[in-house]
Amino acid sequence: MNVNLPFPDLAPAMPEIVIISAATIMLLLELFFKNKGVLAFMGIGIAALAMYFVPMSIGDTFNGMFKSDLYSIYFKFIFLLNLMLTIMISLQYMKREKAEYGEYYSLLLFATAGMMLMASAKDLIVLYLGLELMALSTYILAGIKKHDIRSNEAAIKYLLLGGFSSAILLYGISLLYGLTGTTDIYSISVYFKFQGSSLPVVMAMMFITAAFCFKIAAAPFHMWAPDVYEGAPTSVTAFMSIGPKAAGFAVIGRIFYVAFQSLQADWVPVLIGISILTMAVGNILAITQTNIKRMLAYSSIAHAGYMLIGVIVGTSEGLSAMITYLLIYTFMNMGAFAVIILLDRGDEIKDYEGLAKSQPLVAGLMLVFMFSLTGIPPTAGFIGKFNLFMAAVQAGYAWLVIIAVMFSAVSAYYYLRIVMNMYMKDMTEEASITPSPTLALALAITIMMVFAIGIMPSLVIG
Amino acid sequence: MLPILFFLYHAVVIIALSVVIITRRNPVHSVLWMLVLFFHIASLYLFLNAEFLAAVQIILYAGAILVLFLFVIMMLNIKHELNADICIGEWPIGVAIGLSVMTLVILGIGKFSHGPMGQASIEAVKAETHTKALGRVLYMDYLFPFEIASIILLIAIVGAIVLAKKEKASGG
Repeated sequence: MNVNLPFPDLAPAMPEIVIISAATIMLLLELFFKNKGVLAFMGIGIAALAMYFVPMSIGDTFNGMFKSDLYSIYFKFIFLLNLMLTIMISLQYMKREKAEYGEYYSLLLFATAGMMLMASAKDLIVLYLGLELMALSTYILAGIKKHDIRSNEAAIKYLLLGGFSSAILLYGISLLYGLTGTTDIYSISVYFKFQGSSLPVVMAMMFITAAFCFKIAAAPFHMWAPDVYEGAPTSVTAFMSIGPKAAGFAVIGRIFYVAFQSLQADWVPVLIGISILTMAVGNILAITQTNIKRMLAYSSIAHAGYMLIGVIVGTSEGLSAMITYLLIYTFMNMGAFAVIILLDRGDEIKDYEGLAKSQPLVAGLMLVFMFSLTGIPPTAGFIGKFNLFMAAVQAGYAWLVIIAVMFSAVSAYYYLRIVMNMYMKDMTEEASITPSPTLALALAITIMMVFAIGIMPSLVIG
Repeated sequence: MLPILFFLYHAVVIIALSVVIITRRNPVHSVLWMLVLFFHIASLYLFLNAEFLAAVQIILYAGAILVLFLFVIMMLNIKHELNADICIGEWPIGVAIGLSVMTLVILGIGKFSHGPMGQASIEAVKAETHTKALGRVLYMDYLFPFEIASIILLIAIVGAIVLAKKEKASGG
């Protein structure tokens, strides 16, 4: 057999290639460096290099299975930013937790590569494999504190439930393949333009929705999130609360807007229901939490509910508002987790009592992140919500916005409770912190961006 | 008629075996039933003229993976498992959800109409031989997913080592 195989154009996939090769090389270098900090700095450098390649990577390649466009580029920025900030906040933390493995940084890189593949997938098979690449790495990361029984529990729970959601996704994909005879997202969309919806189509759509709602931790597929977020090492929780969620949204946006575009009447009501339920579950259950990581897990569920509104409105403004919200969420959520890591004892909400007296600067930082997560001006969180809700109002979903704003008001209770603990309660114990240069840098970047976007929204909008 | 009977036999047996596997109390029995299941799946592949897949199914799944399963089970203390309940307390809810999804699927299958067929029909595969057809698809059209899959396997190995590696006493 004589095969003339043209060499695939690698330029569009350059950021992924950089990340994956670097991660593989780092696995080897791990053997030679006693000080794992070297690998951390390498990881940050690689992420910066990949970020440099991202804007010039537009195009299709690999038989049209990989598509790098403006949409995926925005998401890749978020993933790489998430990677950089996570490495910055992990450096000292992993040392303190006595879980300093060089593989940790490689796995972060691999997980990020998986997310980038998901955002760029034009074929359902690539999409599924990208998802598995991301998921498998995060399962291991969640359990990397192997002497901590809660970390083990988090990893096992995440693995089992993640496995189920992958199976459901595969079932949906196989139904779609059977119906349309293709796994290419764009060909599927063409097929559905001529062929209307039917029960099997709706079923395939539901299976795929369920699987990705699991990834973004939307109710009723959110059960895993609080346990996993609580048990996983805090730096990994920060990584997981942003990365896989953003990747899930990238895929939801792509699949619903491209493949199922002509079936909007079928999926919009379902997503509206999920969105309202998610906001309700996230915001109401967050109130009763005593562990701050659990509280942030429910808060992250609630934020997924807000972001789903961006998908529901069905306009390009909605999608871009969703992406902007994700970017802002990256800064404020990462900032909040960085503060938790900075404190020697900061897992319980009562650890924050009287923090303003012993550590006024740290308390001030936490105050800003909590205000931003609530959505109070002049922080970025307000801009994100405003932008998202405006897009929804313009598309005629004013009633949905009213519900969202109501739940957002509920959220003020649990975010501001931390502020109240810090400023209005008496100190029970002197709080101590372990600062490190990289952690300080991460905090500086996040706080700066939270204010910069809050004051000059034109940085991210438009 | 004969192909339909052949398929029906396999479909029924595969479903029945799957139920048997998850309801055994002893994990070793489950694994052995799984062996039977894998043979039935392999013969379904043969039915589609996919002789290479059938062979791989037996060599890899029945030969290698099941042996690993047995190794792992032998490392665990299964006495404890033997006394555990098969179902957790909330099984009626699970059964209810499962049955409703099944009803939906059965209703859906009734309305199912398959899309355009691909080029790899049974005749085409027969003409080209299965291994060659599979290799062509895997290494040409699906080269990219194939490479990603290799990275996923690499991560699985790394993960297993990271999580199972014994720590040195003095740290490091």
